Amino acid sequence: MTAITTKPPSALGALTRNNTFLGFMFLLPAAVFLLCFLTYPLGLGVWLGFTDAKIGRDGIFIGLDNYIALANDSVFWMTVYNTVLYTFIASVLKFGLGLWLALILNENLPFKSFFRAIILLPWVVPTVLSALAFWWIYDAQFSILSWSLIKLGIIDTPINFLGDPNNARFSVIAANVWRGIPFVAISLLAGLQTIPQSLHEAASLDGATGWQRFRFITLPMLTPIIAVVMTFSVLFTFTDFQLIYVLTKGGPVNATHLMATLSFQRGIPGGQLGEGAAIAVAMIPFLLASILFSFFGLQRRKWQQGGQD
Amino acid sequence: MTINRRHLLGASAGLVAAAGLNRFGLTPAFAQAAPTYKPEAGAKLRLLRWVPFVPAEEAAWLANTKKFTDATGVEVRIDKESWEDVRPKAAVAANVGSGPDMVMSWFDDPQQYPDKLLDVTELGTYLGGAHGGWYPGLEGYAKRDGKFIALPLCAIGNAIVYRDSHMKAAGFQEFPKDTAGFLELCKALHAKGTPAGFPHGKAVGDGNNYAHWLLWSHGGKMVDESGKVVINSPETLASVKYAQELYKTFIPGTESWQDVNNNRAFLAGQVSLTANGVSVYYAAKKDASMAAIAEDMRSVNLPIGPIGQSVELHQASTLSIFKHTKFPEAAKAYLQFMYQADNMNAWIEGASAYCCQPLKEYAANPVWKSNPIHEAYAKASGSLRPNGYAGPLGTASAGVMADYVLVDMYATAVTGQMTPEDAIAQAEKRANRYYNV
Repeated sequence: MTAITTKPPSALGALTRNNTFLGFMFLLPAAVFLLCFLTYPLGLGVWLGFTDAKIGRDGIFIGLDNYIALANDSVFWMTVYNTVLYTFIASVLKFGLGLWLALILNENLPFKSFFRAIILLPWVVPTVLSALAFWWIYDAQFSILSWSLIKLGIIDTPINFLGDPNNARFSVIAANVWRGIPFVAISLLAGLQTIPQSLHEAASLDGATGWQRFRFITLPMLTPIIAVVMTFSVLFTFTDFQLIYVLTKGGPVNATHLMATLSFQRGIPGGQLGEGAAIAVAMIPFLLASILFSFFGLQRRKWQQGGQD
Repeated sequence: MTINRRHLLGASAGLVAAAGLNRFGLTPAFAQAAPTYKPEAGAKLRLLRWVPFVPAEEAAWLANTKKFTDATGVEVRIDKESWEDVRPKAAVAANVGSGPDMVMSWFDDPQQYPDKLLDVTELGTYLGGAHGGWYPGLEGYAKRDGKFIALPLCAIGNAIVYRDSHMKAAGFQEFPKDTAGFLELCKALHAKGTPAGFPHGKAVGDGNNYAHWLLWSHGGKMVDESGKVVINSPETLASVKYAQELYKTFIPGTESWQDVNNNRAFLAGQVSLTANGVSVYYAAKKDASMAAIAEDMRSVNLPIGPIGQSVELHQASTLSIFKHTKFPEAAKAYLQFMYQADNMNAWIEGASAYCCQPLKEYAANPVWKSNPIHEAYAKASGSLRPNGYAGPLGTASAGVMADYVLVDMYATAVTGQMTPEDAIAQAEKRANRYYNV
């Protein structure tokens, strides 16, 4: 200490010794990045939602007019319904099938690493490519599924996969689930491997059945991972765009239009930037709700956050 | 080359242009109006265009451009964007005030930012006078308040393509000219197991072409001259009911069709009648395994409905110059050059019936006679109506089409999701959101 006080204190030296200031400096790049690339676009999006901006033309503030118009728009409500349905069914299926797959992969299978690698393929293939493959699989005239079933003599005419509203919804959900399972499965598998084997051994010695071990050891130990994985899964599904845009563009008659695709259709090709932004902003409450649900609903145990239960 | 140079740079423009134009049998009276544009020193131009559908079309355009560069020293850079991306890019360029100097855009794009475009009335009027006049439908896209804010470039023709042998097998020797006969033909094709198919899905091009034809051929229209939404009319109802009858004869699944599905189904022999650009013919012709289909293929214009005249949407393209260009004279000179008879004719020929001429004189282009398939496509510019018919063009007309209001109206009714009356009422409501701002 004495050594330091012998020198006259320079302002810069004092600042660098100030923890608060140093902390702030280290934080600054990240903060600037977040402000420029997240806060600003988000804020701009929200602002645009309150204007009548067209592409390339500044709008004027029109208050809630966009939202009032959307509230009276049956197409918009149809997309809200579609989006919620799509997200809910696809997420539940992805979770169920993904957990199942993770449990299987966690067993001692032959060629374990090979299977674990290959399972990731649907996730690795660019969405547009797999969507194009599904587009052919679901084609009204050339579907491989219809063709096989016709050749097997089970049906007479091709299945109208993307033409009938409910078929179309089911078809796009199936494609989304196919694509989303690997992410859930691999993440949960990672979680499964952090569960100490000794817990299972102890439970086995106490005479616990396989189901009891799953219910009282695996599941509780896995909930933090499930919370994170499902939050991401729900967010990805809710904001899905590419799959729908390739498969149906929202058709037939808007039966598979999601909020993201409607926002694009009206905002960019339609030029109604303000309204497109308003639709995008209308997604935020749903996204927030799903995040809050998974964090407070699935992570409520204190011990998960380092406390005592 | 000397002719081009003369057209462009001739010092005694009136005299020389008159000599040049006389070659095409025009009176010198027109030629006196020939404007001359002297490119600014060191001028460079950038043109934003859509990705070409036909390679030879692009080759012809580039060859013309090169001739222009050779004659004037003005370099022209050509940027290509996929056709759906031209709209946002051009709109941003217009409003930011930088980027390309000229744009080759679609439909009513110039009407979205008319105040950002250079007035080319002088050139437009001259070209119209010199080459037999603009087609009115195309002119509608390019003019605002009596001024040219763009030059009409082409219509991408849409026409029915069908299998001749299947039509004859269905008991028709000639293709029906009117909508009533057309319905009978489709019924007969359906009964023979060789059905027709038109897209009711979100097909930007084909879906809108079909929907607008249904509406207009029956006398319906989205808006009146003042921009008031008048879709809810007995004429529209008649067109929806007609579409319902027609839909019953289609191959299943047309409500999920996007732009390529009808081509695909036609080329695979699954449908015997659909409407498309001439590309479907060339796809068949290029592929040896489809020689039989190409041989059997015929084209015809969409039938005439109760209003008694041929009316269609087609795709339409225009060329406009942004006001922000530093070289307006060079840009005008470039456009003038591209519309010169020999250049424009070379380009139309290169597009092999894909692009239909904007000026009536070019209807004499040999490409239209070179193949019987081309003939129906030659009439595209004549039957073309702007998408916001009969109202003013602008953001509302663009928004209504981009939001598939008309396509959805027919699709909801034909699939039975709504009654025709409800479908029309919903379309009216949706259109009003765009037109009542």
